[in-house]
Amino acid sequence: MIDELIERLKKGDRKAVARLITLVENEEGKAREIVKRIYPLTGNAYIVGITGPPGAGKSSLLDKLIREARREGLIVGVIAVDPTSPFTGGALLGDRIRMQRHATDPGVFIRSMATRGSLGGLAKATNDAIKVLDAYGCDIIFVETVGVGQVEVDIVKTADTVVLVTVPGLGDDVQAIKAGLMEIADILVINKADREGADATYFELSLTLDFEAEKWERLGWRPPIIETIATTGKGVKELWEKIKEHKKYLESSGRLEEKRRFRIEEEIKTIASGIIASKVEASIKEGELEDLIRDVLAKRIDPYTAADRIIKEVM
Amino acid sequence: MVERSKVRVLIAKPGLDGHDRGAKVVARALRDAGYEVIYTGIRQTPEQIVEAVVEEDIDVLGISILSGAHMVLIPKILKLLEERGIKPNEDILIVAGGIIPPDDAEELKKMGVAEVFGPGTPLQAIIEFIDKNVEKLKKFHPS
Repeated sequence: MIDELIERLKKGDRKAVARLITLVENEEGKAREIVKRIYPLTGNAYIVGITGPPGAGKSSLLDKLIREARREGLIVGVIAVDPTSPFTGGALLGDRIRMQRHATDPGVFIRSMATRGSLGGLAKATNDAIKVLDAYGCDIIFVETVGVGQVEVDIVKTADTVVLVTVPGLGDDVQAIKAGLMEIADILVINKADREGADATYFELSLTLDFEAEKWERLGWRPPIIETIATTGKGVKELWEKIKEHKKYLESSGRLEEKRRFRIEEEIKTIASGIIASKVEASIKEGELEDLIRDVLAKRIDPYTAADRIIKEVM
Repeated sequence: MVERSKVRVLIAKPGLDGHDRGAKVVARALRDAGYEVIYTGIRQTPEQIVEAVVEEDIDVLGISILSGAHMVLIPKILKLLEERGIKPNEDILIVAGGIIPPDDAEELKKMGVAEVFGPGTPLQAIIEFIDKNVEKLKKFHPS
């Protein structure tokens, strides 16, 4: 079945692409097999991450960015991630609403994805889904994260260029200098820039960047701040130009290869720990965990000792 | 039973009516039941809906129409699905909701719509219908 799907993917069959993404999402064993087969076909797509708080306008901006990319004749892939309910396992994926005008464009492939328990702003299978779209022939793949808070920074392990979208009035300058989200941005966007407070936000972000002036000097890239209004398209062209500029910078400085090496390192580690985690899960004998819990509850042993006992059988 | 979180549902509103309250209530209820639900917003063309079905690898397509144009729009969607080689009740479960008179509902069922849910349908009935019928799709019985 997988062989046939991959043959169809190579011929540009969109149904096969869609089914392969479903398989990498749903079945770990199949994901393994699929990635193994398509891996030689990957590596051509440039990956742009779009992240930021809920309601910042990520999907609307993305809609406009797709248009820019299409004007240049690029084949575009989109993976839009929305949260899975931790209570029911269900999800309502609504990012497509803003991008449906591109649905019938054969040069655009949009896929919605639910986090299914992942906490870093992406889904576990996002990287594999990117590989499927890459193998299909996308020149550029936009990955929209869930609406993030401060520490959901998995996108930095996935994207070549990270665009952080914020809006005026989210907090004072202390918010801007906290660790996390701001540190991963290659390009900063203040969307809804016609709203009150846009200038103050610009000033605060700019000051925050000044703190690390030396670092930008050393890297040769200081994250630009771009003001946009996604609904009217204002500033989108400039943003698109900056994305291309960043790509050029990464390529000419050798940073792109560095980034991709880092990404592969992270990916190998994540897969390896995932394998161990499922082995641990599988090795727990019925009743054993219950006994350990009882012992820890009664203070006969501590949680570390209990964990060691479970792991011993796997190692 | 097929695991609900692996069932992909598209709630679509074709045509020009902008009354999406019902579509949203159903989308939300299905989410709460544990399905992965994709909502594409109002005023969608049959072409846009079918392309979303393809890209999102949809198992259940819920079509909500209150404009009275169901006998035009739904057959158009069915025809486009057929052109893409997506067979009703084999590859996809199609259900419709909104204001659809019984005679039209019968007609639509002959064309491949699995069920028509009129106003007042308990949400639980929709969920039970999906659970019972999604299992018959080929996707969940790989050969």
